[in-house]
Amino acid sequence: MKQTTSAKRPLGSLRSFVTTQPIWAILAFIFVVASIAERDFLSLSNLSNILLQSALNGMLAIGMTFLMINGFFDLSVGTVMGFAAALTIGLQPHGMAVAILGALGAGLAVGAINGFFVTKVKINAFVVTLASFIGMRGLIFIYTQERSIVGQIDGFAVFGASKLLGLPTLAVIMLAILALAEFVLRKTGHGRNTYAIGGNAEAARNAGIPVERTNFINFLLCGLGAAVGGVFIASRMNAAMPTLGWPDTNLIIIATVALGGTKLRGGFGSMINTLGGLLALGIIRNSMDLLNVPSFFNRLSMGIILMLVVYADAKFKPVSR
Amino acid sequence: MKGALSKAANIAKQQGILLAFICLLLLFSLTSDVFLTYKNITLVLRQISIWGVIACGMTFVIIGGNWDLSVGSLTSLTTVVVITLHDKIGPVPAMIVAVLVGLISGVISGYLVGFQKLNSLIITLGMLGVLQAITLIYTGGKYSRILNPDDTWFSFIGRGFLWGVPFPVILLVVIGVIFAILLSRTVYGRRVMAVGGNPVASKYTGIRESLVVMSTFMLTGIATGIGGIMLGSRMMAAQNYIGEGYEFQVITGVILGGTSLTGGEGNIFKSIIGIVIIGMLNNWFILMGMQYYYQWTAQWVIILAVVWLDVAAKRGKMLG
Repeated sequence: MKQTTSAKRPLGSLRSFVTTQPIWAILAFIFVVASIAERDFLSLSNLSNILLQSALNGMLAIGMTFLMINGFFDLSVGTVMGFAAALTIGLQPHGMAVAILGALGAGLAVGAINGFFVTKVKINAFVVTLASFIGMRGLIFIYTQERSIVGQIDGFAVFGASKLLGLPTLAVIMLAILALAEFVLRKTGHGRNTYAIGGNAEAARNAGIPVERTNFINFLLCGLGAAVGGVFIASRMNAAMPTLGWPDTNLIIIATVALGGTKLRGGFGSMINTLGGLLALGIIRNSMDLLNVPSFFNRLSMGIILMLVVYADAKFKPVSR
Repeated sequence: MKGALSKAANIAKQQGILLAFICLLLLFSLTSDVFLTYKNITLVLRQISIWGVIACGMTFVIIGGNWDLSVGSLTSLTTVVVITLHDKIGPVPAMIVAVLVGLISGVISGYLVGFQKLNSLIITLGMLGVLQAITLIYTGGKYSRILNPDDTWFSFIGRGFLWGVPFPVILLVVIGVIFAILLSRTVYGRRVMAVGGNPVASKYTGIRESLVVMSTFMLTGIATGIGGIMLGSRMMAAQNYIGEGYEFQVITGVILGGTSLTGGEGNIFKSIIGIVIIGMLNNWFILMGMQYYYQWTAQWVIILAVVWLDVAAKRGKMLG
């Protein structure tokens, strides 16, 4: 049905593309405005800088996209990221592999705790993840003794600053993982189950989909994504501060995924669109820095964008899936 | 015998938070000599009085089936407003403006959640960023203070004592009683419970759900405005992030107080007990010589444990 109308009217297909995937129109608009407003924006080093920034948030956003399509939120990603970064730096005396595995293990453990309490004990996800957010903040402070810690392995910092195929290595890794995540969402049973549960959990249960297991896995993925983001940040700075990830990161990540068009009620969304949201927010942030806008306007814009996106989300129903 | 046992179990189910409160009180008094002294108790109560006032409003929002994450930023804003305006227009007008700022913020969140039916979690998360930014824009990032703190009666609200009781604690009791009467003795309170408990049914009984939801946010805004006044009066100065993280303390207290996480039930008195428990816990950690940040991780464990016991008691088994 939709295909025939598209074939007849190219303009109609463009319109349906814009209404179902508005993020790409938004991104193009922001890109044009940023290039006009600031000459330095279009330089290669600046664009690669935006990609690198997006890589750090991107790992958190990938995990959050799984969870939001599933119909949940995770408010703990900010401090999970911070704790993972602290472990990545602090465990370096035991070797780089131990440090990274320790960080990823911690992310998985928090994801498992969140997932257990939401799917098995059946406590509201908001309460569970908010509690984890505070608790992990405490763990970061306990682990770092309230101090900034600095890494000892220089090669790790060199890796964080390195380039692959002309792009920042971290951005290349993030894009590869994002592509893999998109594949999992579209082509595997787990992905299809995630959409089905987010769309209608009761119907999914009646259809024999393992609802609890799928939810649990998505909480794990979200914790793991946050931990990878922490490893990225640690490698970028070769240091970790106890305040990493507090208090704005959750706001930014949820805004990113929602701006990408993932429905807040679940059941609709994609990784590619999350990438659009990432780049859009990355460009906004970057141009504000270039234009020397005070950093609190960044917070203001994140808040307003999030509220506008929720408004649009509620008022404009997706035309098709 | 069996009847008495099930009766005891029932009381534990209904009054779990009070039992937890008494047990913790015993534990803390036995492990620390200082804990149960007049000085320490008044210290704890003065610290929690601001959270307690905000929790009164938050209880209404959560009973109505929503969340308000913006109260921390709103506390920062109202505190900064009352401090900066105190020297310019006098204490009483400054306090009125602070409460109005709280009310306006509540109207905005409440309108978006109540009338536009938007997700309260996301809307107030957005408001958290917006209000913090407004605070910074308003002060230009500068530290604000009252120039002559000794020449004004304003400091009495946060620092004064009446009959040996800290004035902010008296304020908390008065506001708690007003909110408790509003919740349990008025038609309005019953409507809030009905909207939170069963929105569809309440709609068919003719309750204007949108307005009721909006009003709960307005109450929280007013309570946060009062909280900002109390905080400003205690500090007589304000930095821009002074209320950061308050939302976590307040929401944790209300949750510990047993307000239903899906809406429909709650009790102002128990919310305040929940807040007192957090205050005692923070205080005890410091008395035991531990760093202040241990309390955050302890809160994690306590929230999960209390909510788990609560839901397990309600459905009669540990896992759902």
